[in-house]
Amino acid sequence: MQLWLIPLLPLAGFALNGLLGRRLPKMAVNAIACGSVLLSFLWVLKTLAELNAFGGGLQTAHVEHYFTWIQSGSLNIGVDFAVDRLTAVMLLIVTGIGFLIHIYATGYMAHEGGYYRFFAYLNLFMFFMLVLVLGGNFLLLFVGWEGVGLCSYLLIGFYFLEKFASDAANKAFIVNRIGDFGFSLAVFLIAFHFGSLDFGSVFAKVKDMPVEATAGWMTAIALLLLLGATGKSAQIPLYVWLPDAMAGPTPVSALIHAATMVTAGVYMIARSSQLFLHAAGVLHIVAIVGIATAFFAATIGLTQFDIKKVYAYSTVSQLGYMFVGLGTGAFSAGIYHVMTHAFFKALLFLGAGSVIHACGGEQDMRKMGGLRKYTQITMWTLLVASIAIAGVPPFAGYYSKDAILSAAYEHAPWIFWVGVVTACMTAFYVFRAFFMTFAGEYKGAKADAGHGHDKKHGHDDKHGHDNHGHGHGDPHESPPSMWIPLAVLAVLSAVGGWYFNIPKFLEPMFKVPEEVPGNGWTVYVSIAAGVLGIAIAYVFYVLSPRIPDSLVQAFAVPYRWIYNKYYVDELYDSAIVDPVVGGSRSLLWRVVDASGIDGLVNGVGKFARELGGIAKRAQSGQIRNYAAWVVLGAIIVIVTVSFSGGAR
Amino acid sequence: MTLLDWVLFLPLIGFLLLIFVPGKNGNLAKQMALGISLVVFFMSLLLIGDVTSHAAGFSFVQNAEWIHYPPIRYHVGLDGLSLWLVILTTLLTPISILVSWKHIDHRVSQFFAFLILLEFGLIGVFISLDLFLFYTFWEVGLVPMYFLIGIWGHDRRIYAAVKFFLYTMAGSVLMLAAIIYLYNQTGTFDYTAIVAQLQTGKLVLSAQAELLLFLAFFIAFAIKVPLFPLHTWLPDAHVEAPTAGSIMLASVMLKMGTYGLVRYCLPLFPNAAHRCAGWITGLAVVGIVYGALVALVQPNMKKLVAYSSVSHLGFVVLGVFSFTQQGLDGAVYQMLNHGISTGALFMLVGYLYERRHSLEISAYGGVATPAPNLAIVFLITTLASIGLPMLNNFVGEYLVLQGASQSNFPATVIAAIGVILSACYMLWLYQRTFYGKASESLSHHMPDLQMREWVAVLPLLLMMVWMGVYSQSFLPAIGAQNARILEQTKTRVNALQAAPVKEVADAR
Repeated sequence: MQLWLIPLLPLAGFALNGLLGRRLPKMAVNAIACGSVLLSFLWVLKTLAELNAFGGGLQTAHVEHYFTWIQSGSLNIGVDFAVDRLTAVMLLIVTGIGFLIHIYATGYMAHEGGYYRFFAYLNLFMFFMLVLVLGGNFLLLFVGWEGVGLCSYLLIGFYFLEKFASDAANKAFIVNRIGDFGFSLAVFLIAFHFGSLDFGSVFAKVKDMPVEATAGWMTAIALLLLLGATGKSAQIPLYVWLPDAMAGPTPVSALIHAATMVTAGVYMIARSSQLFLHAAGVLHIVAIVGIATAFFAATIGLTQFDIKKVYAYSTVSQLGYMFVGLGTGAFSAGIYHVMTHAFFKALLFLGAGSVIHACGGEQDMRKMGGLRKYTQITMWTLLVASIAIAGVPPFAGYYSKDAILSAAYEHAPWIFWVGVVTACMTAFYVFRAFFMTFAGEYKGAKADAGHGHDKKHGHDDKHGHDNHGHGHGDPHESPPSMWIPLAVLAVLSAVGGWYFNIPKFLEPMFKVPEEVPGNGWTVYVSIAAGVLGIAIAYVFYVLSPRIPDSLVQAFAVPYRWIYNKYYVDELYDSAIVDPVVGGSRSLLWRVVDASGIDGLVNGVGKFARELGGIAKRAQSGQIRNYAAWVVLGAIIVIVTVSFSGGAR
Repeated sequence: MTLLDWVLFLPLIGFLLLIFVPGKNGNLAKQMALGISLVVFFMSLLLIGDVTSHAAGFSFVQNAEWIHYPPIRYHVGLDGLSLWLVILTTLLTPISILVSWKHIDHRVSQFFAFLILLEFGLIGVFISLDLFLFYTFWEVGLVPMYFLIGIWGHDRRIYAAVKFFLYTMAGSVLMLAAIIYLYNQTGTFDYTAIVAQLQTGKLVLSAQAELLLFLAFFIAFAIKVPLFPLHTWLPDAHVEAPTAGSIMLASVMLKMGTYGLVRYCLPLFPNAAHRCAGWITGLAVVGIVYGALVALVQPNMKKLVAYSSVSHLGFVVLGVFSFTQQGLDGAVYQMLNHGISTGALFMLVGYLYERRHSLEISAYGGVATPAPNLAIVFLITTLASIGLPMLNNFVGEYLVLQGASQSNFPATVIAAIGVILSACYMLWLYQRTFYGKASESLSHHMPDLQMREWVAVLPLLLMMVWMGVYSQSFLPAIGAQNARILEQTKTRVNALQAAPVKEVADAR
């Protein structure tokens, strides 16, 4: 079936563009970058068709073994790729959405330096992401996991001349490393207890194990995997890197930090569902982490003015929903939301990119407004995406959100209710963003060449800026290479949830939670919450725009907390980063190492030298002295021997 | 003479030829040194086939009398443990010569003569099967490094060279005493004979004697590794050494210590090794975290990389004293990995130094703009060093931690924190050096990589990828030998509590 072709095609694109791209014309770079992803997408379709995945086929995993990667003692880790229905969904999302975003980026990045470098990184990301979802064992999953983290690092730091960009890149990598710490420990425990890391053999063994017998270490494994997932999927307490990651170019935000990479944690937990089902307590923690993150991030999203920041917190929040799905046992609902979220969130980001493009690099929504006159296509597509995320039927988000919330109600009603409130806030802030950009009058400066650049540096928020200034005057619609992907995603956001019934497709892997009769009303509650949020946003930002300001004044103190993201970054800095760096510098290095350990070493050396200084006086060179020493020595020897019983 | 003898003695011949090259004829000396070291390298590649196909025991054995009484023999041989270390040595020697090509300007022929002599000593250490011969080579390796640091080093070179020499000597004297004690007990210096005597029960050491002997060997090796808290000579030596000296020191010389642990400490003194394992593991994990934290705050690049070596070699010691197949395989693999990636790091830091004449990180910033290729190569090396999968270090670190998690899970947890910290100090170094806007003066003095520099670094980059993607080229030979060593380490331990190693047969 040649599954290896799927990731290898983008890898070849990376190699070609990375090595030769500097000398190639843009058209060639585009062809290589987009072409390799398109071919990969087509190969996915062909493979899935051959496996009859869309008919009744692919009930069990199709595994291909290529070569042994690591072999030590009885531990054998192969480079194996495997496709089952879960992987099939992820493959289609990654290559499909990935291709659209590649196309979009050819337009968006057209005026940027390092063009070939950008596409080489993007292709490399596709490679690792595909390895992540195709890997047939935990270590290969980890390869993709770390690899996408690397690409995320490279692309967040794409504008590496700016300190905020490289800071954000480092932060992303290091925070993810903390998650990976958990993941890798989980891998060690899995290999220890199962003697293998292959999904097939591990999950087969788990199924036969009685739940009670394994509770202790299975809980440890599940908790450590969850720690890994909170890093990559930006959940509490490790979500802090994702908002900063918006320093990367907008297509990167759409592809990596919204549609694909950040859902890797969801994929990983769904993949390990057998393990989590043996650790019910941890599953409950997954749900709590998810709902807490969803709620918490949504509140921050209410107050942000940077359009990308709004969507970034929205991503954190939506990922929280996915975790709620997983944690309440509705794994397929979580994956369902991965897909619909990929549609509408990619669209939101690409639309935001189009807006930013139109405004010459401006990201502050207070300086936008009235764009409906200039950017019709962007507006309509963004409207579709906003309705979709608000959960209004029959748009895509409605289906997956409903699946998650009804599972949450079954699991614990309070999670459902918090989820409903979050849904209302979600609808509010996306429409707040929508109205602030498209309604009213344009508030940006017009027609002074180069203003995009000025704005960028003079901004009050040091993070999260695209270097995307063109310096033209009036806002303008984006080129076809940008709006065609928007249109396709808009269609998917509109009908994708209804058309692709993921829970049904995944039935061979995850049992679908039964519909409990009598809970039909939960659907109406969540729809009502979404509609209410939209209505409030309409009132606040179209009908009477004074309300938000007066609310801000009325609740000045809590507002400041929320606007400053609850000062979590500051807390982490002062509680963890500063003590570690400061302690290492002033205590470990200067005191323990330099004065303590090395001082002791040099002290020994000095002592030996001084001892030698005393001893050298014995070497006087005078025969009489030496004779005296000999006599003295002889006496000591004789005395010692005779006292200890004489020589035998 | 076997092929191995040639690989060993060609560098010595080269050294003897080079010291007669007149001082002003530097070019001839360089070319001779490069030529000889390349011949040695290619000859050493021919060793691979025999060793890997002949997994159990030693290949290319040569056992001839050297000194009649006491019976010291020229007994050498090669197995899966020493094979790759020998090749690491022969690979890095020509690379070090190439790196030093332009920037050694006084006493040129002597510099290259000492580099080649160093190769002789190092190869000798790895292939000796006679304890006294081993000790001799151990000291032979010390001398050229002493001069490389002391003559061609930076400002505080004398201090660093003397410290390096005395510190190592202090440890090796203990080892010599232990070797002589063993000789008095067994009547031989022959390693294989002593191991055989232990196996058959002909030689029985009291628990006390075994412990003391173990410690004597262990301290000598631990200084060389260097294991926390015996590491403080290393940063000084690295900072003062010329680039080639740093490369050979970090990549190969430190491995003398870890090699000694595996070859001598485990099979000769298994009970003592098990008794001390808890303490040693503790020191190893403390070193991992401590080295990483101190590396984090170093303002000097070479010091940073030196402390990172303390951290990385902690993993090796952790793996060795896990007494598991994975741990030991990972430890040996990690020796090679560290040689490749840290060698490359020192080389690249050297490239930066040659351009800007500073080792202070604050003197840099924005190098990626004037020298993009240097930036990419440095990035790949950084990623290898922090254990990114599909690059070499990952395989070693994974196996070490996998093995350690089976014998001491809490230690594994602490060691894994070191993996987080490695990303912190390396990425922060990378950010401060390569990202940002380049100053005017830096841009002028920062040409991109030249041909000679590419040639020196490319083999290492290739090895990073190869060893990360296809470890099967290397691991089977290592694993076979480690299985033997574990067997030797286990046999008389059964009475004590054997490490609870649960190894479920793999389904495959």
